[in-house]
Amino acid sequence: MFFLLSVPLVLFSLGVVLARSPVRSALSLVVALFLLAVMFFLLDARMIAALQVIVYAGAIMVLFLFVIMLLNLQHEPVETARPGQRTIAGAFAVVFALVLGAVALRGLPTMPGPGVEVAVTPSFGSVESLAERLFTRHALAFEVTSVLLLGAIVGAVVLARKIPR
Amino acid sequence: MLTVVVVSVIKALIVIGMVLNLAGILGWVERKGSALIQDRIGANRAAIFGFAGAGLVNTLLADPIKFLTKEDVIPRGVDRLLHTLAPCVALFPAIVAFAAVPFGDRLRIGDMVVNLQAVEIDVGVLFLLAMTSLGVYGVVLGGWASNNRLSLLGGIRGSAQMISYELAMGLAVVAVVLTYGSLDFQEIVRRQGHMIGGWIPAWGILYQPLAFLLLLIAGIAETKRAPFDLPEGESEIVSGYFTEYSGIKYLMFFMTDFVEIAVVSAVVTTFFFGGWQVPFLASEGFVFPWGWSVPLPHVVVVLLQVAAYMVKVFIFCCLQVLVRWTMPRLRYDQLMWFGWKVMLPLGLANLVVTALVLLWIQG
Amino acid sequence: MEQSISVLVTFLLVGTLVAIMVSIGWLLGPRTETPAKGEAFECGNPPSGSAWGRFPVKFYMTAIIFIIFDVEVVFLYPWAVLFDRLGWFGFVEMLIFLTVLGVGLLYVWQKGALEWD
Repeated sequence: MFFLLSVPLVLFSLGVVLARSPVRSALSLVVALFLLAVMFFLLDARMIAALQVIVYAGAIMVLFLFVIMLLNLQHEPVETARPGQRTIAGAFAVVFALVLGAVALRGLPTMPGPGVEVAVTPSFGSVESLAERLFTRHALAFEVTSVLLLGAIVGAVVLARKIPR
Repeated sequence: MLTVVVVSVIKALIVIGMVLNLAGILGWVERKGSALIQDRIGANRAAIFGFAGAGLVNTLLADPIKFLTKEDVIPRGVDRLLHTLAPCVALFPAIVAFAAVPFGDRLRIGDMVVNLQAVEIDVGVLFLLAMTSLGVYGVVLGGWASNNRLSLLGGIRGSAQMISYELAMGLAVVAVVLTYGSLDFQEIVRRQGHMIGGWIPAWGILYQPLAFLLLLIAGIAETKRAPFDLPEGESEIVSGYFTEYSGIKYLMFFMTDFVEIAVVSAVVTTFFFGGWQVPFLASEGFVFPWGWSVPLPHVVVVLLQVAAYMVKVFIFCCLQVLVRWTMPRLRYDQLMWFGWKVMLPLGLANLVVTALVLLWIQG
Repeated sequence: MEQSISVLVTFLLVGTLVAIMVSIGWLLGPRTETPAKGEAFECGNPPSGSAWGRFPVKFYMTAIIFIIFDVEVVFLYPWAVLFDRLGWFGFVEMLIFLTVLGVGLLYVWQKGALEWD
């Protein structure tokens, strides 16, 4: 099941990077996020799956699409790469891949192999257990989130306001 | 394992059949209803061998066949892939959302218990909201891919409208969840099963009248129909985001509208009108407060409940058709004003009051 | 497990249905192309170039404010489910949260970001 989902997921993620038209690229991202949500779902994290779709696919990607459409980034002229840009980018990519690979390799032995049922508590991923943690132990972080969101509101208004003439 | 899959398939097919037929019937209700309101006769020509089937032949057979055999015109300059994809993206989440709402109680066949809900998940409410939040894409893509000013205008208008009213809808839903303390549709429906004082069914409308209004209004706004039909306002932007569509793709957008109506009705029914609950019908049969009781077999009880659900959904669909042909279209600033400055604060206030009342009851 | 199956089955069936619908229309419909048919329909006027142009920033504002309040609403769901157990503590907690965001709403309101003319 996992592989059945991960193959299209990877394909659509590639689509995000490779698509010429920004709109198609954004849509690939929507599909990728949706597939990711289905994966969360299969892992019994149903709450997270639903929130993933509501917030990422349903809200943030709409904003992305708006920006693309509003600015008419239809066929972004491909910037001619500055000399050395490609090599630097390539180097970073390799380093990042190495770091990821190293972390994965270190983590692999501690992971249960495929086909092994991981014992999870029945409440795993349930809304109640999530809410319990969020609203008691992490109450302060939760309140700070509101301030963060307030900052985002103010920032958006300031950025988009009409410049007085 | 296999039985689970088979049962799921059957349930999904039932729900899909239900919603597609409902969409077809609504098409007819809408035509006849608008004719009634505007003092016309309305669609009366389609018939098979002189049998018009009260006009239903028209929408259930003639319309789909006609749409299917029409040319699918794709104008030059459109994004062909997205142009084709948009109606699919619009229709898919609408039908899936409808599938999340339970249409009956548990049905016992032998020692197997079938939960009459196509998508049986414990966070059904969130699932439904997730699906409706994806509904924006059909509109925005249809509008954008067409490469037509009117379409694009409709698409952008539509998406801004849908996201604005999604907030009010979310807040209304939170108030309901707060009242019942669950995100599971079945649980919410079961909590509405008892009678207050033995006489009045304990339906959600009694506890959350304001949330009912908010949800209904926001729901109508989400379906993009009058008085919120700016995205497709015929008199100004032709057909809005589906101006450049014809044939089956047009039908799909059209169906999406009707399926969304059905979804709104289903949610309103489930949250505020007891879902599949029938007043005085317990699991063994009717028990009336004045002492009568009519014992009924289990299957009959379940069928009655499914029928009750369908009748309730249909009533709310008709209500929306009535609203659509009664109200004039809003102006865009009025629309945004209403969404952000009336619905949103009201939703928040409703939530706080609900929480306070709950605390007061708990003591 | 049953939950996953029911969701996957529904997704697959509805997806197939939608795919069939689109392809049937493509198979059954006649196809004749004429220059006039290929034009974008702008009420009979010859379309003047591509429609993909710029749009007012207002729509962008709406979208970004929507995201913020959507995140707020998302926090409300788990809170509503657990409200029984959280009691007054949960109420005060959420009241603070809502007040801070309410201030944000008032700010947006005052700044006229919700005005459409």
